[in-house]
Amino acid sequence: MESCPSVKNILLLDSEGKRVAVKYYTDDWPTLSAKLAFEKSVFVKTQKATAGAEAEIVMFDGHIVVYKFIQDLHFFVTGGEEENELILASVLQGFTDAVDIILRNNVDKRTALENLDLILLCLDEIVDGGIVLETEGSVIAEKVSAHGIEGATSLAEQTIVQALTTAREHLTKSLLM
Amino acid sequence: MAQPYMKKDDDDEDVEYSPFYGIEKGAVLQEARAFHDPQLDARKCSQVITKLLYLLNQGETFTKVEATEVFFAVTKLFQSKDAGLRRLVYLMIKELSPSSDEVIIVTSSLMKDMNSKTDMYRANAIRVLCRIIDGTLLTQIERYLKQAIVDKNPVVASAALVSGIHLLQANPEIVKRWSNEVQEAVQSRFALVQFHGLALLHQIRQNDRLAISKMVSGLTRGSVRSPLAQCLLIRYTSQVIRESSMNTQTSDRPFFDYLESCLRHKSEMVILEAARKIAEMDVTSRELAPAITVLQLFLSSSKPVLRFAAVRTLNKVAMTRPLAVTNCNVDLESLMSDQNRSIATLAITTLLKTGNESSVDRLMKQITNFMSDIADEFKIVVVEAIRSLCLKFPLKYRSMMNFLSNSLREEGGFEYKKAIVDSIVTLISEIPDAKEIGLLYLCEFIEDCEFTYLSSQILHLLGNEGPRTSDPSRYIRYIYNRVILENATVRASAVSTLAKFGALVDALKPRIFVLLRRCLFDTDDEVRDRATLYLQTLDGEVAVGSTEKDVKEFLFGSFDVPLANLEASLKTYEPSEEPFDISLVSREVKSQPLQEKKAPGKKPPAGAPAPAPVPAVDAYQKILSSIPEFSGFGRLFKSSEPVELTEAETEYAINVVKHIYSSHVVLQYNCTNTIPEQLLENVTVYVDATDAEEFSEVCSKPLRSLPYDSPGQIFVAFEKPEHVPATGKFSNVLKFIVKEVDTSTGEVDEDGVEDEYQIEDLEIVSADYMLRVAVSNFRNAWENMDPESERVDEYGLGVRESLAEAVSAVISILGMQPCEGTEVVPKNARSHTCLLSGVFIGDAKVLVRLSFGLSGPKEVAMKLAVRSDDPEVSDKIHEIVASG
Repeated sequence: MESCPSVKNILLLDSEGKRVAVKYYTDDWPTLSAKLAFEKSVFVKTQKATAGAEAEIVMFDGHIVVYKFIQDLHFFVTGGEEENELILASVLQGFTDAVDIILRNNVDKRTALENLDLILLCLDEIVDGGIVLETEGSVIAEKVSAHGIEGATSLAEQTIVQALTTAREHLTKSLLM
Repeated sequence: MAQPYMKKDDDDEDVEYSPFYGIEKGAVLQEARAFHDPQLDARKCSQVITKLLYLLNQGETFTKVEATEVFFAVTKLFQSKDAGLRRLVYLMIKELSPSSDEVIIVTSSLMKDMNSKTDMYRANAIRVLCRIIDGTLLTQIERYLKQAIVDKNPVVASAALVSGIHLLQANPEIVKRWSNEVQEAVQSRFALVQFHGLALLHQIRQNDRLAISKMVSGLTRGSVRSPLAQCLLIRYTSQVIRESSMNTQTSDRPFFDYLESCLRHKSEMVILEAARKIAEMDVTSRELAPAITVLQLFLSSSKPVLRFAAVRTLNKVAMTRPLAVTNCNVDLESLMSDQNRSIATLAITTLLKTGNESSVDRLMKQITNFMSDIADEFKIVVVEAIRSLCLKFPLKYRSMMNFLSNSLREEGGFEYKKAIVDSIVTLISEIPDAKEIGLLYLCEFIEDCEFTYLSSQILHLLGNEGPRTSDPSRYIRYIYNRVILENATVRASAVSTLAKFGALVDALKPRIFVLLRRCLFDTDDEVRDRATLYLQTLDGEVAVGSTEKDVKEFLFGSFDVPLANLEASLKTYEPSEEPFDISLVSREVKSQPLQEKKAPGKKPPAGAPAPAPVPAVDAYQKILSSIPEFSGFGRLFKSSEPVELTEAETEYAINVVKHIYSSHVVLQYNCTNTIPEQLLENVTVYVDATDAEEFSEVCSKPLRSLPYDSPGQIFVAFEKPEHVPATGKFSNVLKFIVKEVDTSTGEVDEDGVEDEYQIEDLEIVSADYMLRVAVSNFRNAWENMDPESERVDEYGLGVRESLAEAVSAVISILGMQPCEGTEVVPKNARSHTCLLSGVFIGDAKVLVRLSFGLSGPKEVAMKLAVRSDDPEVSDKIHEIVASG
């Protein structure tokens, strides 16, 4: 199949595997119970892993799932068996970066739920109907927060500070490698 | 992951933490009334929408009424100027996916936003609107979308392009008109616009091979910047290469240089995509090497995703070209201890494919350590890889059998144990030396096996293989232990196994008798019944089979009725005076994919589950026997697959099913009228059989009326000489009276016009007289046939596209069932043997052994050996092939 890279779902679960925010883009899981079953098996299969700074990956039932854990939040991006893993990983990276910016570095379940509207908008800006819209975390965060409900200015400042930290991190990382 | 606190505390925290604790749908729906407030409180409304979205996200559903209510309330919020609220409104509308009459209410608001000055409004309004509108509305906003595609704001352009990709599914003709704008977008300086533009452009042109090729050749010269777009272009390029190589047969690959240059791209995403596409292609080892090299580099990356992608690709390459991957063996071995078990498993299975004979023992040792800490599903993959390795290096069977038997002793679920048992069984049947040791391993396993299914399977195998080993008596203890220790199902299997030993090994017979007699006191009916039956049979006193040959046939003969057919027949069997007759059950194996073919014009709704395979023959038998004219024809021998007699999308869709009886043929024409304005009456098929001399028409059953879209059947019956596979060509004309129908009222015009409609010719060929019947063990079946009936001859098949094409052509001429997967020709094979089985009219069993060989370039020669119950049928098969 020579087609456009596509994302089947993006999941944000908590440390017990419960939903924080999820978005499905395909009909692979037509019912709620199918979706929940998928989330459960993803959660169980990745539980043993020690996902650190780098995204981890697992393949099962004909899906590729890339994932990353930050505090008590588990981020997952699912694609088809034939999908380019690195494209999925870039979507995951964009998602986690954007969430990090939106939540002002307080990435945990509580803050995520308190800002659920922003998280949902974030999901909406990353992928549209399975097609990748944007993978740059700062751009996604900007699109979401430009219309933040409150304190748009402070968040904009935050973004600049954030951008600097990210740049610094990138620099150290590349030096270390 | 490691949460220090106890579960209970965790729950308490949830209470404090979640802003949505105790949320209830009913209450939130009440709160949504705030949307109707003339003085909108944007902050409050945002909170309520967030709550609604939270509920939907948690899997809560709204009833139709609730959804409509919420939708109308939400539309009120367009009055607010608050930007954050507006975004949530967009999101909510998409989640609710309103019906078309509801859509109209928001269309004007969204169209206003689409032309607003705020880019973010525009982009989002486009995405929402395109998600919910239908074709007629789309034409109204088409103008704006075309503008948006070339908008200078990349977000707006991308929104329009992505929406275009979605809209193309339902409204291709509209989206195709945007070609020029999309082409401009592909040249955009914004990376993502380029990506979305390229994706849409490709979809618009996907059926136009030339245009795609042109597009690729234009873009590969280097104007694509975004890595994502680059990946797309690689996919399209490899598609063009594949299609051109299919057509021209030359080894010229126009854009291969481009793919190779992508291996040096700075983005890993692009490198991976290119390496993978090159690896999938049919390239020379030299062309493959650079791709393998970059993948090898990825193997030692610090990123798990990259390591996984690389090892997965190499694993695939190793399936067909293990030698190309051997260079990576050192890196792969270090990956066996990778933290990520998926990577480790892939590394192992790759090594099992690339390893040479000398490294097998070392590998097996390493794997044994590895097996204890991976999940069952990975173990299964490893076991399967070991099986194929063992088949590759049969001399090394000892260490691999040993490994498998050790794995059998370990803990594991049913699927895992089944994979091991299946592997051992395969090895036993393929490697003669491994047979005895394998059987003993299995015997050990059933001594402590908790799976009834596996025990029975192994006992069955023991019964067939055990008596022929050097020392059959050593197995008896294991088998009789089952009779003492296991559940009824296993006990019954064990009794059958004992009987098989008794039948084949005379020295053991008296002892088997003693054991079987003990089984007569079993608590279970089935076990007692079997013991009694076998005692009688083996004794030879009461005649189930009076001769020894019959006894063996009874015990070892294969059961040639497909279980699905038997089940279906038993279900339709109504208890009556007449006992159930197994010989009446159709023995034809129905091939699944053909079954799903439907009469044209009546497509099943997309996404609907495929209908369960219905044994069509039984259904036909029922229909036909209900027609008095056909009741005297006897048993239905075979019904063909429907043959289309009209092109798709014509006025009347007609296909025909050929029903073969021993001295009759019934043609069943399935007709569908696809014109709503017409009613057909007195529909007949006029069949001209002048080119089918041996057939004479007996009767015909016309169709009184054929309304729009409700299929009807016409039958025409022919007589032909008994048991003779007569062939011939029939030309068909559909004759009928057309009446006009007023589609608005459904009234039918009184006056009809006589008309006729030419449909395609129909042929009855020899394959129609052949039932596809599988045999489980071809070699046994072949040896049991009378060698006198064998007829051998050689044929030149001339120049053929490929060996596989020649094989499938011969199979379809004969219409027989391929056995043991021999219809699949390995790639690049120079010769191939194909085994076929079937039952010919007159109930003669036929087995065919076909040996194909390539002589010279694409010149195919074939040796055909036939054995059959009836030597005349063997000759007949040769006649069929000679004339085909």
